[in-house]
This record gives sequence, structure tokens and C-alpha cells, in this order.
Amino acid sequence: MTDLTSLTLAEARDGLAAKSFTAIELTDAHLAAMERARALNAYVLETPERARAMAREADARIGKGEGGPLNGIPLGVKDLFATEGTRTTACSQILDDFKPPYESTVTSQLWRDGAVMLGKLNNDEFAMGSSNETSRFGPVVNPWRRQGSDAKLVPGGSSGGSASAVAAGLCLGATATDTGGSIRQPAAFTGTVGLKPTYGRCSRWGIVAFASSLDQAGPIARTVRDAAILMRSMAGHDPKDTTSVDRAVPDYEEAVGRSVKGMKIGLPREYRLDGMPAEIERLWTQGAEWLKAAGAELVEVSLPHTKYALPAYYIVAPAEASSNLARYDGVRYGARVDGRNLVEMYENTRAKGFGAEVRRRIMIGTYVLSAGYYDAYYLRAQKVRTLIKKDFEDCYAAGVEAILTPATPSAAFGIGEKAGADPIEMYLNDIFTVTANMAGLPGIAVPAGKDARGLPLGLQLIGRPFDEETLLSLGEVIEQAAGRFTPEVWW
Amino acid sequence: MSVDAATVRRIGHLARIAISETEVPALQDELNAILAFVEQLQEVNVDGVEPMTSVIPMTMKKRADVVNDGGIADKIVANAPVTDDHFFLVPKVVE
Repeated sequence: MTDLTSLTLAEARDGLAAKSFTAIELTDAHLAAMERARALNAYVLETPERARAMAREADARIGKGEGGPLNGIPLGVKDLFATEGTRTTACSQILDDFKPPYESTVTSQLWRDGAVMLGKLNNDEFAMGSSNETSRFGPVVNPWRRQGSDAKLVPGGSSGGSASAVAAGLCLGATATDTGGSIRQPAAFTGTVGLKPTYGRCSRWGIVAFASSLDQAGPIARTVRDAAILMRSMAGHDPKDTTSVDRAVPDYEEAVGRSVKGMKIGLPREYRLDGMPAEIERLWTQGAEWLKAAGAELVEVSLPHTKYALPAYYIVAPAEASSNLARYDGVRYGARVDGRNLVEMYENTRAKGFGAEVRRRIMIGTYVLSAGYYDAYYLRAQKVRTLIKKDFEDCYAAGVEAILTPATPSAAFGIGEKAGADPIEMYLNDIFTVTANMAGLPGIAVPAGKDARGLPLGLQLIGRPFDEETLLSLGEVIEQAAGRFTPEVWW
Repeated sequence: MSVDAATVRRIGHLARIAISETEVPALQDELNAILAFVEQLQEVNVDGVEPMTSVIPMTMKKRADVVNDGGIADKIVANAPVTDDHFFLVPKVVE
């Protein structure tokens, strides 16, 4: 029998349907792979008993000729998603041993459709980071290494555990979240596919909140088709999230393989940064040529406010985070550190419970929202955000159906390499991805090539609101041309 | 704009995060690095631009004004560090 962990999600689904193997065999193969790969630190909690119980139920459904679209498919869940009765921490000390008495809407829909939960995946604390180095459980290791080097690399962040696990064959797909690039950047760093849907497409209910106007859940998977399959189960209207959109969920898989002939694709000139590595530039040109060969029309476009997206993000996101994270006060859940009075208890609890990056962002957020600074910072940033969104709207109004850009300004870097004193250096990782969050638009990262040292590089496609399907069609063209990217097993 | 040491202490207090004196200089540098980075927004002309309130146009949904959940006090206090009979316990606030 072939190694069940090297299948794509679609192949595993078809193999289960054809009774080539059972759901319990598929789950056991993944649990064994997880055990062998603990050095990657992708999982912060393995749930083998629950996984086997869910797999046995899936097999029972297959026996009766039943089962949803994900029946028996083993998945990993980012530790930002509340899972009923199973520890959920957002990889922060402050949540201690929190066991949610409820299930997030997105994960409940995966289980509704028959999926199996293998465990909880590592992430940057409260999803704040681009390297998965801020987790209370320690950094995640990228299964990719530079040629001829055994230096440990980051998988990107914040969904680093999700990306690492999918790339290393420790699950067939994973949930992730994206506030400024947290699905697409780690996907690009690990040779996987990451889809951030339109704001409102997936319910945020039961997902630990970071910046509510930017956060969106989406899948990380090994292929574009796999991402499409997961997307259909994750999306949908939820009355418990007022920003979730009441709109029919398409069968995204049908968009995979659809012709892109005649599609107008924009290449934004503002993404051509000074000092951009030549190999990123080449990758971008190559991607444009592939789409052209498939019949798409490539046009240069302008998104004039691009350079302001990242600075505006570093006002809006911390502001919303400072408000969302006010709930961690040592009273209702999580770890408490005592003090002489109530305020001191709050201050001690939060000083000990939050890591350095989270503290820094809460403080920036508190400052930009404080009396006398609100107009100069927060209000101005929200106005700039309107302008960023308008840039895209103008483009789409002119007939452009999607925009092609690099996903990241570089390949994966080493653990500890960007731990310098200047936080901005790390923030620059999200320079190509953050615009889609600011404008609420869908974006997909697809592996497209390798750098000179053999590390995967990704391209990004940004789409029109609720037009994830076009991104999947275009993404598959790139995937077909570039091929699949699988790391050599060294762990 | 930049922050001084006193402002760092004040922000820490507003954010309810205890900051030791030894942490102040590093925090001050980090916050100022971020503030210097976002300073470039000042060069954008935002005259007459509406601040964004909703990234996707949507009307506020309203739910029926009915009780649809409740009776789960056990679940609500289950994760609390200190409780007594379905109450959260905090240090004494009223003398």
C-alpha cells in the first residue's frame, strides 16, 4: 500500500470511497507520522483518541453508504479555533489550560462533513507574528531546509504549525487564519497552498479574536483542489457572527480546472519594490507567462496606496487587538497572578500571561486609541484604508478579474535570524499580503518555484469580493505549470 | 511623534500591563520604531475621505429579541481561576 500520508486530500477522499483503505487506517498513518515528526513542533496537542473515535464513526458511515464531503479526512486545527472540551490556547500563556465549552463554527462544519481531528496546531501567540516564533510552545520548524545546510528555518506565521504539518504530511489539510498574511505567507514558505477568503465568507465565531475587521479563517492544503474542497465546508453564513455574509456557498472544486482564457489579470507596478531579489522578480514574470500561455490577458495596473497598507495595518490591527485582548483579565478564564488589589492583579496577570510581541501590540493599540491621538492615528489609518480599497475597486471596475503578485519578499529565513531589536524588519514579511486584508479581498498563495538554495517560493493572486472561484482556477494553472513541492524527509 | 519614558509607563497602566523600570527603555525604543514607521501615513491626502467602518458593504443584522441561550452557569465558570458557587472571585474592591 502507498504511504497514506503522501496522498492529496482529493486522492484520500477517492480512495476511501473506492474502499482502497479505511478511515481508521488513514488516521493511524497520520498519527504515526505525527509521532515521528515531533521535532517540527507543529502540533501543540495531539488528540489520537478523539481522532480514532471520529475515524471509526466515518468508517461506519461509509459502511452504510453515507458520509459528507470530508468523511474520514484527517485534519489539523490551528490552536486559535475553539474546540469543545479540547485545550485551546492561541499559544498564549494567558489562556493556560482553557477548555472551551463550545466549538467554533468553522470546525463544527468540518466535523459535520465527516472530517477527523488529529490535534491542535502551533501558531504565533494570538496569531501575532510572521515566523511562528512567538508561541508559548516554542517555534515551529519548517520541513524545508536550504540545500547542503541543516539550519532550522521558520515555516512563516502565524499559521506556522498548519503550514508545516501540511507540508510534512502530518495531516491532509489544516485550518488557519489570516489577519495580515498569516495563511498566505506560511503557505509560501512551505510550498503549500493557502487561501484567505473574502471577509465575511467564513464565520469568525469561536475563533480567538485578534483584529476583528481583518481576521478571516481559511484552509492550508497541499493542492489548489484540496483547498477548494476544504473551503466549501468552512464557508457559510452563521447567525452568531454578524459580519458573516448570507450568501450561497459555491462548489469551489468545480472552479478547479476551469478555463482562464480571456481573463484580464493585473500586475500592480507598486509591488515592484526597490531592492527586490531578482529571483522573486523572475518568479513573478514566470507566473505571468504561465497565465498568458493559458489564455489570460496580462495588464499592468496601479494600486497607488500600496506602500501605506502596512503602516495603516500597524495602527488598525493593534488598536483592535488592544480592545479584543482586554478580556484576558485573570477573572473568567486563564492564569491569574495575584496582586494587592484588583488593578494590580490585572496588571500582573497580563504582564506574565502575554509574551513580548503581544504586549508590544497591545501597547501600540492602547496608545493610538488614547485621548488626543485617536484622530491623528486611528482615524487617519481608517481613511487610508478606504483609499487602499478604492485602488482595488478602480482596478476591478476597469475589467481586471484578479491581480498577480509575489506572495512574500523572500523565501523562509532561519529561526532566530530576525529576532533583532527592530520589530519592523519582521513586519515587512507581510508587505505583499496585508493589502488584501485591509481591503477585505480574497487572496491565494500557490507554490510556483524555488530560490537558489532550493526553498519554495509562492505567488499570490488577489481577487474580487466573493470571487474565490477565479483564484482557484488561476491558482491551478500555476500549480499545473510549476508542479508540486514536497520536502525531503529528514526529521 | 514619539513617546518618552513617562508615556510608556502611562500606556502600560492604561493597558493594564505591569511594566518594570528595567523594561521601560527597550519598550520605548520599540514603540518609537513602530511610531516612526507609521509616520509616513501623514503624507497621504485624506481630505474628504470617509474612514472605513465596514470592509464589505453590509447592513447590521438584528436578531429577534428572545432568550436563545442560558442556564449554563456551570460551563461559564468552568475555566475561571477562582470561583465560589457560580460567582467569579476577585480581590476586594470595596472597603
